[in-house]
Amino acid sequence: MDPLTAYVLHLADNNLVLTQRNGEWCGHGPILEQDIAITNITLDLIGQSRNFYQYAAQLSGGEVTEDSLAYLRKEREFKNCLLVEQQNGDWAQTIVRQFFYSTYQYFLYEQMQHSKDVQLAGIAAKALKEVTYHLTWSSEWMIRLGDGTAESRARMQKAVAELWPYTGELFEAADYEKEMITAGIAPDPGSIKESWSEKIKTIFKEATLAVPEKVFMQSGGKSGIHSEQLGYILTELQYLQRTYPGAEW
Amino acid sequence: MVTAAENTDTNKIWRILEEVCDPEVPVLSVIDLGIVRDIKINGDETEVIITPTYSGCPAMDAISVDIKLKLIEHGYRKIKIVSVLSPAWTTDWMSEAGKLKLQQYGIAPPQRSDRGGPAAAVACPQCGSKNTKLLSQFGSTSCKALYQCTDCKEPFDHFKCH
Repeated sequence: MDPLTAYVLHLADNNLVLTQRNGEWCGHGPILEQDIAITNITLDLIGQSRNFYQYAAQLSGGEVTEDSLAYLRKEREFKNCLLVEQQNGDWAQTIVRQFFYSTYQYFLYEQMQHSKDVQLAGIAAKALKEVTYHLTWSSEWMIRLGDGTAESRARMQKAVAELWPYTGELFEAADYEKEMITAGIAPDPGSIKESWSEKIKTIFKEATLAVPEKVFMQSGGKSGIHSEQLGYILTELQYLQRTYPGAEW
Repeated sequence: MVTAAENTDTNKIWRILEEVCDPEVPVLSVIDLGIVRDIKINGDETEVIITPTYSGCPAMDAISVDIKLKLIEHGYRKIKIVSVLSPAWTTDWMSEAGKLKLQQYGIAPPQRSDRGGPAAAVACPQCGSKNTKLLSQFGSTSCKALYQCTDCKEPFDHFKCH
């Protein structure tokens, strides 16, 4: 697979997998407004991932469609980072995961809107406006729960400990990504690390949460080596197309 | 080169599309919303270039179909709908007439584009008071936030600045 297609798929898979996770909250949110908020965020994410998949399908040519890419690839072919496939846990864990990812997306797309690839630049510029809302929303929840009750604070700190090992991978370039960085198409994820860490520190401080130090970082998702979680997600996501190939609504 | 005849024809199409409404905010036409970016006539083919409001807006598919049906109703046959992402849609493209229609419909219109965070002092579409508060950044559709008026107590939708 050429590196551009692989990179576009990585961007698409990140959003699709988080969409599937967040979608589990639909009808189960802690209160109606927040149920609507998390699913609205998820709607933006699926829209962005469709834009990426459509572009990847166009690059692949032949019989490939956005649907075949989402529904018919195997676990090892998915290039999403490990963070987005982790379980929802409680509301605290979902919030921490969203906050880490939205912060990453924000700084990534901020650079990607100037990509030499016109299509990626267009998708990023549009998505950035949406991600800005997601970042505001998740930051507010980080502060509300972190600086909330003893119970909410303990749950937040536990969620941070659970998810922190999956944040290191966000800033390591995969092989396909390295070529795209050299070509001026992909932002260098390493260059985002500082802005990401600064934002995390600022919000953690306000949320009275402690930033973990010296933690062993997991990696592999971007190259197709996933945690146990992804298989379960794909089983549910792909069931219908695998059982009734070509089924349409 | 664009001939005078083609110009007249595209103007006619712009007017026809004023009859195509957003399925989720039916007081607004696709022209009011600013999602129709261009109209081109290539021989016997009519090309309508649209841009989505939000990446995941589920109304876009319905809007494409509605535009096609409306043009067919007016005798056009070869119609192509092209969706473009860049430049990204902004509420600054919404017509003043559209904003007024929203207000009368009970949805507080967007004021100015202000990236990140809600706009300052959103007026209540019911009583006009600026004494309102944000209940949730996310409302019944991607493009709206939920507010409440602290004077008349009425909850209302605000079409977010975007």
